[in-house]
Amino acid sequence: MSDLPRLLASGEPVPHHAPWPRAVVGADAWEEAARWLAEGRLTLLGLWGEAAWAHMAVLAGGDVAVVSIACPDGRYPSVGRVHSPAIRLERAMRDLYGMEPVGLPDTRPWLVHGAAPYDFLPVTGDDLHEIAVGPVHAGIIEPGHFRFTCDGETVVRLEARLGYTHKGVEALLAGASIADGAKIAGRISGDSTVAYALAFARAAEAAAGVDVPARAGCLRGLMAEMERLANHFGDIGAICNDAGFAIMLSQFALLREAALRTNVAVFGHRLCQDIVCPGGVAADLLPAGLAAIGAFLAEVDGRFPRLVSLYDRTASLQDRTVGTGRVPREWVMQFGTGGPNGRASGREFDARASLPYAPYDRMRFAVPVLAGGDVDARVWLRIREVGESVSLIRQIIAALEPGPVRLADDDWKAGGWQAGAAGREGMALVEGFRGDVLVWLRIGADGRISRCHVRDPSWFQWPLLEAAIHGNIVADFPLCNKSFNCSYSGHDL
Amino acid sequence: MRNILLDGFLRRPLTEDLPPDPELAALGARLDAESRRKLGRSLAIREIDAGSCNGCELEINALATAFYDLERFGLRFVASPRHADVLLVTGPVTHAMREALERTYRATPSPKWVIAAGDCAVGCGVYANSPACVGSVAAVIPVDIHIDGCPPTPVRLLQGLLALLASPRAR
Repeated sequence: MSDLPRLLASGEPVPHHAPWPRAVVGADAWEEAARWLAEGRLTLLGLWGEAAWAHMAVLAGGDVAVVSIACPDGRYPSVGRVHSPAIRLERAMRDLYGMEPVGLPDTRPWLVHGAAPYDFLPVTGDDLHEIAVGPVHAGIIEPGHFRFTCDGETVVRLEARLGYTHKGVEALLAGASIADGAKIAGRISGDSTVAYALAFARAAEAAAGVDVPARAGCLRGLMAEMERLANHFGDIGAICNDAGFAIMLSQFALLREAALRTNVAVFGHRLCQDIVCPGGVAADLLPAGLAAIGAFLAEVDGRFPRLVSLYDRTASLQDRTVGTGRVPREWVMQFGTGGPNGRASGREFDARASLPYAPYDRMRFAVPVLAGGDVDARVWLRIREVGESVSLIRQIIAALEPGPVRLADDDWKAGGWQAGAAGREGMALVEGFRGDVLVWLRIGADGRISRCHVRDPSWFQWPLLEAAIHGNIVADFPLCNKSFNCSYSGHDL
Repeated sequence: MRNILLDGFLRRPLTEDLPPDPELAALGARLDAESRRKLGRSLAIREIDAGSCNGCELEINALATAFYDLERFGLRFVASPRHADVLLVTGPVTHAMREALERTYRATPSPKWVIAAGDCAVGCGVYANSPACVGSVAAVIPVDIHIDGCPPTPVRLLQGLLALLASPRAR
């Protein structure tokens, strides 16, 4: 018996948890799962709490399972004690739900800043100096604090402090209606509004046991790929700009703007906010939509290859990106790092292909994986993904068939949505441009959300940035940071 | 690179004219004459994310692209509040960002103006009633102009910024 079925068999299955199983396990099985995470037999997808329960989502191959442990007094065996990627998640559980992971090696607050001064980890040695940056940065970016310890130009240690944009997302989601929850989900990380709205909608639909119409699935995929393109364009340009090569920023900004304007022509909003909704999409394509997409793809075909070739041929630019901020494969495997950051270091995981969902289950696309693990690899990975997204958009448009774009109320009821929905749970993993977004939710007796947990891909990326910068020069931090492009708001919740 | 640069010279500029927005212009007109005289025709802007989802930041960054080219109006983003005339603040103000926002405001030399940009900055948006948020920007520092939108489009942001200037149409 392989690991996941064994783990589940040791516990009590929970009814109405879809699409993957959940089981309530005892402390022994919980601790065994933690050890399997540490041994690399399982990958941690999420770890969260609620009153008297701790939940852990894990991945093994193409299978997902959730195990839960009862902790009436809030105490449960820490996963971070043996598996360090869980440490920040457990610090957040202490902050947000007052839980006590027993044995957690680091019990400093994480997301919630109290009045007490924060204890940065001590760094000692000769000739070291500290540089403190943030939360208000020089550029127009999100707030966070970075504490560098340097020996001359070289960074010997970086410690990040996050939580500045903590907005109480999960507290607001608990008790919200499904419709309000979808609005909040779309505003957790603005650059991934489609990915979050989609993950939320899919989790709600899984809980209700309904499937959306085929056309809605296609339109969702279309929005998700437009979001990926817009962000990848922005990121490639901004990474090059942080290496002092501004022409790439200005040229890629034009492509990004073209994507956003296409979104207006197709869906009526530059970022496609509030268009993915539980049950489908809020509105069908605008009449001029298909023509606008055609024109946009033609523009990408015309401009993008020239810019890629400019990156490829500019040795002074690659001098900054090659070998900088290297992340070895062991780290991304240990942390279960998703998105371009994981794939640029050799981890073959993309929720669209590994745990397929509509419309990707009907599409042909490659999942580019590179071994380099440096800034250059993260640039190339995005370049390759642009090509795949363009191809996906063409396939999706070809697959578009007339039909409804949203479930009618009766369909929801048929799916057991309203009265019978109490206590039903759903979960979704959706591949945003940054990696896999996880949403888990439970519907209460009143048809509202009783509990919703959201996990941004950045949770498993931020810690690697701290390690990747080690031995690099301070001036390369913006470059490394941009090449990771982790979310602050999505992480801070 | 030569071809890309040549293209830039040969093609018509991408920069677009800005349609006037009477509503925001009226907001600006309410600033007293003295303020408008001091602001003149150039603004140094310091952006502060006080807790936003970063949707607003995406659109603020778009202002620097060739389509919107905010520098043609004498507007520019600066890296330090000490160089700024205007603070452009986004997000519902979180408890964790409150002190940073207040200190950034104090670090900005007078005379100074504050623009709250985006629905969250104006009235907390979907984050109203969140236990982790202090409130809108105006709950923490004095605000001169509000620009709504979730997020506000680059055009709307530009219109709001120009409302502060003495004679935006002159440019």
